[in-house]
Amino acid sequence: MNADEFLDITDVVCPMTFVKTKVALEDLDDGQILELRLNDGEPIQNLPRSLKDDGHKILELANNADGTFTIFVEKGGLT
Amino acid sequence: MIKLTNEQLERYSRHIILSQVGGTGQKKILSSKVLIIGTGGLGSPAAMYLAAAGVGHIGLVDYDTVDLSNLQRQIIHQTCDVGRAKIESGRETINALNPDVQVHTYDEQVTAANIRDIIHDLDYDFIIDGTDNFPAKFLINDACVLMRKPFSHAGIIRFQGQTITYVPGESPCYRCVFNEPPPKDAVPTCRQAGVLGVMGGVIGTIQATEALKYILGVGELLTGYLLTYDALTMTFRKIRVPHNRRCKICGEQPTITELVDYEQPTCDFKR
Repeated sequence: MNADEFLDITDVVCPMTFVKTKVALEDLDDGQILELRLNDGEPIQNLPRSLKDDGHKILELANNADGTFTIFVEKGGLT
Repeated sequence: MIKLTNEQLERYSRHIILSQVGGTGQKKILSSKVLIIGTGGLGSPAAMYLAAAGVGHIGLVDYDTVDLSNLQRQIIHQTCDVGRAKIESGRETINALNPDVQVHTYDEQVTAANIRDIIHDLDYDFIIDGTDNFPAKFLINDACVLMRKPFSHAGIIRFQGQTITYVPGESPCYRCVFNEPPPKDAVPTCRQAGVLGVMGGVIGTIQATEALKYILGVGELLTGYLLTYDALTMTFRKIRVPHNRRCKICGEQPTITELVDYEQPTCDFKR
């Protein structure tokens, strides 16, 4: 899948995972796609849920099998 | 558009998480300009919270020096600051709190002659009245009405406080509610007055809240309402105040078209 922007948040923990993702999405237009690399555990459990609550759509989720996941988020995809 | 640094993302993370703020709102705060007149009981907490919030430019107006008797409530100043100019002590506290903030100082008392220049200096977005006397309060109101600038009025005494927000064209002004400074003999002298130190914290923080809401364009401001607070009974009252058609400055036929300095009631109590 082609993304408009890529963000790696494996170097931060909650709530900076959400803060960085939120700000990255703000810089995109509705319909654009953010590729996000995040850690297993708390980030993958909570972040997709928070993004859905904010009206963004998770298009694809992949386990990278190295303790990280990659998700593709469509800005405003649920609004 | 400015990009927030990693440090800023972390410093303001609890703001950015809020749906009403976000990175966009935080950038608005960082590029905003707030003028605080008086760095005393009200101005101290207002300045500190606005500095912590990342208001990009904070103007401080005060001509006074820090007195030992100020420290019971004027929390921007420390014991080691006694004798120093309040604006310098205020600047130091703000710089230590948040290097994102640029402090602009005005070492003077606001008067009809200088208040326009002070507000114009940076073309401040919002003004906070943290003064302790009626002449200054009416002057700030009149200047803000004539210059079409939003401001927050407040006053504290003993266990009581009040505050109201003015937005040009949208709300009644301070003079709509209070008309004229009270007669001299009705104003308590500083010997009689006294104030519980925390009053400035509660009311000054509400003033800072109004400034931030105005900058962000969120929520409902305290326009058209006077909020009163009685700490002894722990009662807040939000009193609806209408626009006064006969207001001398913002009414239908305003008689005040120039700024005037009212005489300050004298206080013979030696500090």
